[in-house]
Amino acid sequence: MYRILKKEVLSDVVKLMEIEAPHVARRARAGQFVIVRIDEFGERIPLTIADYDRDRGAITLIFQELGKSTIQLGRLRTGDSIASFAGPLGHPTEIENYGTVACVGGGVGIAPIYPIARALKQAGNRVISVIGARTKELIFWEEKMRAVSDALIICTDDGSHGRKALVTEPLKELLENREMKISRVWAIGPAIMMKFVTLATRPYTVPTTVSLNTIMIDGTGMCGGCRVLLEEGSKFVCVDGPEFDGHKVDWDNLLSRLTFYRDEEKRALDLYNHKCNLDKATVAEDR
Amino acid sequence: MGELTMQERMKIKRHAMPNQDQEARRGNFSEVALGYTAEMARKEADRCLQCKDPQCIKGCPVGVMIPQFIKALREGDMVKAVEWMKVKNNLPAVCGRVCPQEVQCEGHCILGKKGEAVAIGRLERFVGDFELEHRTCPLVKAAGTGKKIAVVGSGPAGLTCSVDLARQGHHVSMFESLHGPGGVLIYGIPEFRLPKSVVHGEIGYAVDCLGIELKTDHVIGRSFTLGELLEDYDAVFLGTGAGLPSFMRIPGINLNGVMSANEFLTRVNLMKAYQFPDYDTPVRIGKKVAVIGAGNVAMDAVRCSVRLQRILAERNATAPGEAHIVYRRSSGEIPARMEEYHHAREEGVIFDLLTNPVEILGDEKRAVKGLRCIRMELGEPDKSGRRQPVPVEGSEFVMDVDTVIMALGTNPNPIVFVDAEGLDRTRQGTAVADAATGRTMKKRVWAGGDVVTGAATVISAMGAGKRAAADINAFLKGENTWD
Ligand SMILES: Cc1cc2nc3c(=O)[nH]c(=O)nc-3n(C[C@H](O)[C@H](O)[C@H](O)COP(=O)(O)OP(=O)(O)OC[C@H]3O[C@@H](n4cnc5c(N)ncnc54)[C@H](O)[C@@H]3O)c2cc1C
Ligand SMILES: Cc1cc2nc3c(=O)[nH]c(=O)nc-3n(C[C@H](O)[C@H](O)[C@H](O)COP(=O)(O)OP(=O)(O)OC[C@H]3O[C@@H](n4cnc5c(N)ncnc54)[C@H](O)[C@@H]3O)c2cc1C
Ligand code: SF4
Ligand code: SF4
Ligand code: FES
Repeated sequence: MYRILKKEVLSDVVKLMEIEAPHVARRARAGQFVIVRIDEFGERIPLTIADYDRDRGAITLIFQELGKSTIQLGRLRTGDSIASFAGPLGHPTEIENYGTVACVGGGVGIAPIYPIARALKQAGNRVISVIGARTKELIFWEEKMRAVSDALIICTDDGSHGRKALVTEPLKELLENREMKISRVWAIGPAIMMKFVTLATRPYTVPTTVSLNTIMIDGTGMCGGCRVLLEEGSKFVCVDGPEFDGHKVDWDNLLSRLTFYRDEEKRALDLYNHKCNLDKATVAEDR
Repeated sequence: MGELTMQERMKIKRHAMPNQDQEARRGNFSEVALGYTAEMARKEADRCLQCKDPQCIKGCPVGVMIPQFIKALREGDMVKAVEWMKVKNNLPAVCGRVCPQEVQCEGHCILGKKGEAVAIGRLERFVGDFELEHRTCPLVKAAGTGKKIAVVGSGPAGLTCSVDLARQGHHVSMFESLHGPGGVLIYGIPEFRLPKSVVHGEIGYAVDCLGIELKTDHVIGRSFTLGELLEDYDAVFLGTGAGLPSFMRIPGINLNGVMSANEFLTRVNLMKAYQFPDYDTPVRIGKKVAVIGAGNVAMDAVRCSVRLQRILAERNATAPGEAHIVYRRSSGEIPARMEEYHHAREEGVIFDLLTNPVEILGDEKRAVKGLRCIRMELGEPDKSGRRQPVPVEGSEFVMDVDTVIMALGTNPNPIVFVDAEGLDRTRQGTAVADAATGRTMKKRVWAGGDVVTGAATVISAMGAGKRAAADINAFLKGENTWD
């Protein structure tokens, strides 16, 4: 069992948890992920390592409550434990001094982009960061991002914070601006956002690294459920990635594969909510 | 009753295995083969001729002392039967259920030459189940030696190696990347063929009795590397299996509804998707399923499909659907265990033999809507003497299917070979290791099971784990050196 050392509520639907897992923390690096299973009945879900503390043997996760598993995880408290925690999985981000780079984080993707931006900054890059979300409440780690970026641009879809724009808009302007000399882009967020980032950078032939979030089971290369279609053929995201050259990804294939279990996901969530409501009702009755 | 004569023994007919009702079992995941009663087992044991030069033993990859355990069994001395069994085989309840007996022990039994072989596998299962229930043959740990061994992988190879080393008094840490131990026994082979309670019973007992340290969620190559293990342990055994699935190189493999048998079986068995939504992991099965291949993995996948289809149909009050095996050779070449092939037929699986897929067709939503296949015929025998299937020109046709499961064989997962300089591997990715000792080309590293042989059998993996344990033990005791 792995203990929850700390929990923070970053927004209504975004939570941070620090979890005790020395076997993962010892070799964890930016860009890698873990597979989490909450209890005996749980599914194995992948979550990015948002931060790590080797001395305390702790891993920080940030997750968005989307369906049954993430909502259930979000209800756990400091001191509770989860059943499985495997990792660090996947390849770490390749960090070098590229000159000027742009780091784009959308929604919960702000979490995994942070350690990458930090590492790039430490490697001597000029880091321009763009973070965005639907609305103000979903933006978190603004100060942390600012601290590791030479410039930070914030966008929201509804204009409640920063610019009213999609992240691709300021990104295009940065690329258009010849003096900027953006030599590389990292983008992490919903698949649809990453797709549009790669469409935006393609005309400028700026290498664009994305971190793919396919459906996974084992996370160690033995099921092939996470496979993605690249120009050169099929790859397993969990062992060959999770980062890939975004210009080579068949996005429509990825997007369609992400929806495969939608009906079942909805059913699991409805049932879970129903159970929770029943629990609440019985608790109320007991009182 | 006095001793039976040879003639009398030979007149006894082989006892059929009581099975769950053909119709009922299509709709559940409970075990199909129910096991002999004590009476049946005794009578089946009476058939054995107690040969002076028993051929059966030669057919068993670990040399189980077959006549001895059968003799004890028929004399009613179950404790002794278990003891004889355990001389060579720690997991009889598993092997009795899953060994391909018809080509191993039973394939060599003298009675099989003219009639039907002694049902060695079924007797072995009977003995194994007795031991699981009564625990008459406790595992004992020798005095501590102070030596530490890391075993990577908890499948049959790693388990056997761990048990044998722990009994010698060594400290064993068993690293497993998944959340539970057992390897293919828990993630691949379905409940209806090998109940998980049997696997958990065997592993739990061994781990508890011998104080084996079980480290699940540890992916070697990621959490720790082989090099790091060598710093902390006196010896390392790799039993990481051959879990990497392969996909056919045909158009359409990334469509929704195409999956590897590994994904399908992992969802169903390890994650218990057949109990969704009580368990969180879902599995999607269509009305018309094509499983490509005809080995044990394919049979397991197709029989799981039949059950899921039936469960869904009953829930939604619809027709149950169809499950096909698509195989490019003929029935004579089917590599699966005979019993599984028969059970699959009984359960209504449709066999499309001499048929090879060439393309998976998708609809506008990128979901599978058909499988284009070509008919095959058996051509000239090749160097190995097997007649090779060759396509029949102009025979292409489209099968109406919505789910395609690829069961085409697997290779070793390379993830463990990070930081493993000096450890030679073949072109197929298997570790190079000495067959007699399990020694790899890297000092203090042994390997065995599917990671060395490629996908093989439970018992051959156990045998490799056993041989490696013996060599590791001798090495650690200074009875032999590495070079
Ligand atoms: C390598 C990797 C790293 C990830 N890191 C993070 C992270 O740091 N923080 C975080 O919040 N999420 C992360 N994800 C996504 C996360 O795994 C999913 O959100 C989670 O599995 C959803 O489970 P659920 O049961 O709560 O929701 P479900 O009921 O399974 O799904 C709810 C909704 O989310 C969508 N969805 C399902 N799986 C995924 C997925 N893998 N990616 C995107 N959308 C999905 C479904 O289509 C559905 O609409 C990562 C995914 C991968 C592959
Ligand atoms: C569906 C299916 C049905 C089968 N049916 C039969 C049958 O009826 N009869 C029969 O005899 N054989 C059968 N086989 C074959 C048999 O199961 C295998 O030959 C046998 O399990 C091999 O044992 P192993 O210990 O070498 O590997 P495995 O059983 O594969 O175990 C390897 C273990 O190592 C773990 N591992 C891998 N990499 C790492 C790592 N880097 N770090 C930590 N752990 C790791 C894996 O998670 C796994 O648990 C079947 C196989 C399958 C897939
Ligand atoms: S271990 Fe397998 S091959 Fe050996 S005797 Fe038992 S059933 Fe037969
Ligand atoms: S070969 Fe057959 S008859 Fe002879 S000892 Fe073995 S099981 Fe008995
Ligand atoms: S998640 Fe199973 S192979 Fe990647």
